Amino acid sequence: MSPFLFWIFAVLTVIFGAAVVLNRNPVAGALSLVVSFLGLSALFMSLDAFFVGIIQVLVYAGAVMVLFLFIIMLLDIRAEERRRINWLAAAGGIGVAVILLVQICMVISHFQPARRSFPPLARSTTDDVRNIGRLLFNNYNLPFQIIGVLVLVATIGVVILSRREPR
Amino acid sequence: MITLGDYLVVSAILFTIGFAGVILRRNLIVILMSLELMLNAANLSLVAFSRFRVGANGLPDYDAQVFVFFVITVAAAEVAVGLALLVSLYRARQTTDVSDITSLKF
Repeated sequence: MSPFLFWIFAVLTVIFGAAVVLNRNPVAGALSLVVSFLGLSALFMSLDAFFVGIIQVLVYAGAVMVLFLFIIMLLDIRAEERRRINWLAAAGGIGVAVILLVQICMVISHFQPARRSFPPLARSTTDDVRNIGRLLFNNYNLPFQIIGVLVLVATIGVVILSRREPR
Repeated sequence: MITLGDYLVVSAILFTIGFAGVILRRNLIVILMSLELMLNAANLSLVAFSRFRVGANGLPDYDAQVFVFFVITVAAAEVAVGLALLVSLYRARQTTDVSDITSLKF
């Protein structure tokens, strides 16, 4: 992937990610999150991870965001009215976030392999679904089944949580 | 050339945006969306390391991508449960603002 495309998608992802936090209207925030996830999916594809890129679009931009928009619609959440911002708390929060970012960037700058570019691949990874599937069902069979149980438990939990209380 | 560090910096910025959203925003649904942003930032660095560590067969290290698959599954389950909790909270209190929920506040 050319550096030009990488920077386009990286900037797109970061800008729309920031829009999620900055937007007052939750619907606009959710739609910004969709664009951010699509940019992230393009970044995954630039790393030759086609399977991950596609499930990113299907699961996040498709299913999860529909869930978010559906809940916003169902609860009829309006844009927040302007309330008095507690500037001390806001400055503290931004300060902690900036310190975290500086810390991570310092770790990356001291990490020697981070300066190297990616080694070439022997062949195309367009068949990575097969490789990931083989790994998933051989080496990671038990975690895969545990995750299945987790999803089942989550489904039952959601049904019980969203049931109306009998009066 | 694009280096591993470039992807890691993008991932760090995304994580920080999500972190700032969780700390600064008061709307519970925006907090959940910021959590998703943080999980995806972690996924990006996992995939970058997967592509960086090319094995003897000349293919990326697929273990990391299997891990990303697990993270996405757990995140989807987490969103479903979180939104169900949000709905039942809204039924009980008619609010999604975390500053209106003060039962545990000291």
